[in-house]
Order: sequence, then C-alpha cells, then structure tokens
Amino acid sequence: MSDTQVCCRYDGSFAGFLCCVFDCYVNHWEPVEFFSDWDERLSLYPEQTVSTRRAEALRVYRSLADRLGPAGQRLAARGFLTCLEERELWLWRFIRKGYRQGPSVVRELTDPTVDQILRAVRNLEHEAHSLKGFVRFSQLGEALVGEIEPKNQVLPLLRPHFCSRYPQESFALYDRTHRKILLHQPAKWAILPAEDFQGGTPSEQELYFRRLWRSFYHTISIQARYNPKCRMTHMPKRYWTTMTEFQEDSGVSLPPTGHEKTGPQSGPIHKVFPSTPPVSDASSHRDTDGPIPSGSHRNRSAIQY
Amino acid sequence: MELLDKLNILADAAKYDAACTSSGLDRSGRPGTIGSTTVAGCCHSFSADGRCISLLKVLMTNVCVYDCQYCINRRSNDLPRTAFTPRELCNLTLEFYRRNYIEGLFLSSAVAGNPDATTERMIEALRLLREEYHFGGYIHAKAIPGADPLLTHRLGLLADRLSVNIELPSAQSLSLLAPDKKKEAILAPMQQIRDGITVSRQELKLFRHAPRFAPAGQSTQMIVGATGESDRQILTLTQGLYDRYQLKRVFFSAYIPVSSSPLLPAPQGFQPPLLREHRLYQADWLLRFYHFRAEELLDEGQPDLDVRLDPKCCWALRHLEFFPVEVNRDDYEALLRVPGIGVKSARRILTARRAGSLTFEGLKRLGVVLKRAQYFVTCSGRVMAGLRVSEDGLLRRLLTLEAPTLAPPPPEQLSLFPSTSERKEFPHV
Repeated sequence: MSDTQVCCRYDGSFAGFLCCVFDCYVNHWEPVEFFSDWDERLSLYPEQTVSTRRAEALRVYRSLADRLGPAGQRLAARGFLTCLEERELWLWRFIRKGYRQGPSVVRELTDPTVDQILRAVRNLEHEAHSLKGFVRFSQLGEALVGEIEPKNQVLPLLRPHFCSRYPQESFALYDRTHRKILLHQPAKWAILPAEDFQGGTPSEQELYFRRLWRSFYHTISIQARYNPKCRMTHMPKRYWTTMTEFQEDSGVSLPPTGHEKTGPQSGPIHKVFPSTPPVSDASSHRDTDGPIPSGSHRNRSAIQY
Repeated sequence: MELLDKLNILADAAKYDAACTSSGLDRSGRPGTIGSTTVAGCCHSFSADGRCISLLKVLMTNVCVYDCQYCINRRSNDLPRTAFTPRELCNLTLEFYRRNYIEGLFLSSAVAGNPDATTERMIEALRLLREEYHFGGYIHAKAIPGADPLLTHRLGLLADRLSVNIELPSAQSLSLLAPDKKKEAILAPMQQIRDGITVSRQELKLFRHAPRFAPAGQSTQMIVGATGESDRQILTLTQGLYDRYQLKRVFFSAYIPVSSSPLLPAPQGFQPPLLREHRLYQADWLLRFYHFRAEELLDEGQPDLDVRLDPKCCWALRHLEFFPVEVNRDDYEALLRVPGIGVKSARRILTARRAGSLTFEGLKRLGVVLKRAQYFVTCSGRVMAGLRVSEDGLLRRLLTLEAPTLAPPPPEQLSLFPSTSERKEFPHV
C-alpha cells in the first residue's frame, strides 16, 4: 500500500520540520509540499498541520546522528538553513534515503538528491565565509552594530566566528532578509527574530574612521591593474549595499535599510523574498534555529551547525 | 600632518606589495583580548583591481636611504614623505579591526636611517599592539634585509608571518637595479627565519607555552617583467625556494612602471605583463598542490609559458601518451594531472567511486570541468559519446575554450595608404 500524499503545514522552524519527519513516518504520509504557518498558499493535497513538540524533534535529531552519521546529521541541519527552493522536500528525500541506506549516503556524491543538498550547503557555507569578511560594524553608542542581506540563513554560522573574535565587545548583527538578529555581550549570545531594526546615530569619530577606511580602500588599488570584473567575481555587487567602502555618509545616519522605505516601492526584501515571515509576535518564533533555544555558550544539546 | 594624509601616503607607498593573505594559522580569540585568525584566511574586501584586501597594508615610513630603480619609494623619487608613530598605527589597526574592515596588519617599511633602526621601530609598534592592546589578529611583517638577526627574531615572535622580498629573480638583475641590496643579504634572513620556525616547532612539541616564532610561516615576492628572466628561470627559482626555504607562498608581481630609469622598460605604452603573471601563478599552483615539478612544465627548448593556454593544458598536450586517465581506477596523482580536474574534484572522485562506478554525467555533478576534461578521461573504458578529435584539433579546441577569457587583440585602424616602412620595400609605388 502506498503512503497517502499530504501537504505538511508547520511553524517554519527546524524543530517543526523534524516533527514533520516524525509524523510522516508514524502516519505513513508521503509529503509532497511543506508550507509554513504564514504561507497563504493553498494546497490541492490534504493538508496536515503538524505541531512542534520538543521531545519528538530531539528524538528525530538524535536519530539522524545514529542512522546518517554525524556528517549526515550536520548536512541535514545545515541544509535547513539554505535558500534551496523546496528545501524541506529535498531534505525529506535525503533523510529518507539516509534512513534506508545508512551513513554511506553522504558519500553518494553523484546521487541527484545528495548532490542537490551538498550544493545548497556549499553555497551556504561559501556565503557565510564571504560574509565573515564583508560584514561591516559601526560603533553606535557602546555597541558595534552591523547589518547584512544574505540569501541563506548565515547567522548561526557567523555566530561562533564573531563571538570568538570580539570576546569583550557588545555587538549586534541584523539579518535583513530573514529578520533575525545576533546579539552578543561578553560570554552571552542569542539569535532572536526582530521585525525591524534601527541603529542609532554615528558619532563624529565613527564617521572619521569610515572616511579613513574609504580613503584607504581607494588608495590601495593600482590604477594600471584596474579590473572591475575580477572584483565582482570575488565580491558580487549584492554584498556592496551593506559595505562601508561603497556608501556615502549622507547626513549622519546608518545607510538606508531595504525595508525602511515604505509605500509602493517597498524595499528589495519584499521583491526578492515574497514569502518572508511577517514576524509580529516575537515569542511564537523564538526558536527557529533548533529544538533548544540558544543563548548560552556551552549548550551541548543545541544543534551544532 | 593629519592621520588621513599619512594613511594615504603610506598605503599608496605599500600598495605594490603583492602579498595580502591572512592564512596559515588558526587561533581563536581569548577573553580579555581582541581578535582571532583562521587557517583559510579571510578576505575583507576587494579593491578595484580585483586584489583581495585582507590586511591593513601600510609602511611604517616611506623615508628611504636606498635607491632601487623599480621601487616607488626610492631616494631619488620626489614624493611626500612621512611616518606613523607606533601609537597612531596601533589605534588605526584596532579601530579598523573592531569594525571588521580588516583581518590584521601588514607592516612593511622603507629603510629609514639603517635596517636596525627601521626594524626597532616596527618592533615597537607590534609590541604595543600585542602586549598593550592585546591584539590577537593577524600580523604580517616584512623582515628588513641587513638588520641584526636578534631584531629579526624579536620581530618574528610578535608577527604571525614574516616575509623577505627577493625583489628580482636573479642576482644580476638585483645588482643592476638595486645596487644597495645583495643576494646574500636577502637570503640570510630567509634562512634565519626558516631555522627559527623549525626550532620553534620543535620547542612547541616539548613545551606548550614555548614562544611561537612566525607560526604562519614565511613568504616572498618578486617582480616579473622588469628584467629579462625567462619563466623557466623564475619557476625553477620558485621551486628552489619552496624546497630549500620551506616558504608558504611565492608571490609574483607584474612590473608596473614607476620610474623612467633607462635600465627599466620605458613607461610610455608599457603594458604590465598581467597575463604572464597569471600563468606564473597557475604554474605555482601546479607546483604546490598538483605535485608538478618545474622541469616538467618548462625546459630549455621551451623557456616560457604559453600565454594562450594554462600550463596544465600545455603539459597535457605535450604528454598525450599519459592519457586517457580512467576515472574509475586510476590513482589520485594521475587524476590531478588531468586538465579540468582540480584538487577538490579529484578528492570527490575518490569518495564517489567507492559508492558506484562513475559516468560522465556523474563527473559533471562532482564539479569536473568536462569541456576540458572530456578529451583526457575515460569512464569505465568509454570515451565521451560523440567525441572524435585529432591531436591538431585538440589544441584548437582548447584554445577556443580559453579565448573568451583572454583580452582580444588591440583593434587596428585600417589604412588606405601603406605605411612608410612598407613603402620602402616597394620603391616604385
């Protein structure tokens, strides 16, 4: 008997997705679509709403390590952070294949499903690595503040890097695309959803260092080797919007964010990502990064990306 | 002088240094300090010439007693001269670092007074940065040839990577263009750094807190195209440096005319040999990651790299007897020799073929560049379907693949009348 084809509706978190996997196995469902709560699309398939339960999510998460090996578990967890189209469906196929086949699944590099996941994860890791360099902070008051516009959800990957780099600093890094913010104080951190984010006004000193940096940036290039194409290969223009060296300090405020603009030409976020969640109630999406809320440096049961 | 002007002058003076890498060392940040390094390095920006900006690349001072013809900071050049105070430099580095503009500091210096005094000033700045500001980011320092070995050692304890510029690829060119520098004076600190690194590694094995001397290794750079050395000489020298001095990197920098000295190519109409530099880097990669030797790539009959094709393709075309390589059976070394297969795809092939035999479609998934590799591999004994090509055709096809990435030949204005030189050949016209 073949499994019933269903559409899973869940809360959009990784824990929720793991619960979908759990329910699909228990109830013999074959998911063909995954919708998040805020998704207004309707499905032609029977819709099953899956609630997020911590215990089941953890059970599935641990089983991933047992059945797919640590590498397979890591791939599944990172795969969920990617911007792969229909990533839940690909992950479902990958996990099901892994459950059948065992840890050797991560070595099947030519399998279309594994290849698709590997590519997406590579893209995520590459973007995270680029952003380790391309993030720009501004000193606003006591804290360092930065904003990024990534395609993938890179904050969980950037977190260890920046927390280790600035152990004594308080900083905030806002992800405009996914509306999340990484907050850090000495020995404490959290990744929280944030509907909107406004930095303060930069001081004279901050503006001075921006000017110094811009001046250094333009001085260091050699005229006789001018090669804009090479620059764009290494640093695509989509990163430029949040980088100090390409901004003019008009007046004394942070560079305009995509969603500050209102009216007919709403910012680039709405255009590129029509399905971004309108996170209104912070508590309902408090934990979109793992079954265990993040927040402490030594949380062993939290998901390791 | 204002800090902004100083920064402009001293960055402008340092920009011809090719190295701007921050790789080779993993060090996580510790509470109470600021900064970390990653083994892969991290590019923070790319300048308009496409080069990575990873470190704050500046000179301590651009006041120089030497008169090297190829150098912008030579004594006889009329330039504004200035110097950073150690504290200015520390503040600047730290404020840039906190804002994530840079990965660390690249500190070089012109020789002001004598090499010892210059090195002392650099040490003072680095000491402040490490000990007072507790800076844990990357520091790349230039060792000054001719400085006291003790000072160079002190510099190496503060910096992560040291480099000594070999400047020009042969001793003759050096004596011609940089009469104040001697080959021996350049090689001596390189030797000292190599030995220092070896000793430090030994000590670290015995004592966990032994001081670390240049833990990210040493590098060097040379100017290409200012003098007449062939690519073969350059590559042999490079290989010798890797073998004998255990360098991490050798950088090549295409000569950019900064002087009108009669000893150098005339600046008017001179195009920096950027493509040649690119091919040299490709060959350098073959030496470091693909187990090639300089003798294999170039010999006396062919002293220069073909700029139309990459060195690996050239080697493959001259050694067709080595091919085809069977991807399902041949070893890693053989796979690395195939144009279109790199280090990563070779490793992936090794992994993937354990799970099942590979097809051409599978190779494409693994990231193999089939448009190049198809001529040189077989999958389970079969060549790519529909592929038939002669040796001549092979060269032509590979050239067409490469052509779009190369700059087209400069356009020429057609003339109705033959030019004067041609007219002489036909005096009756």
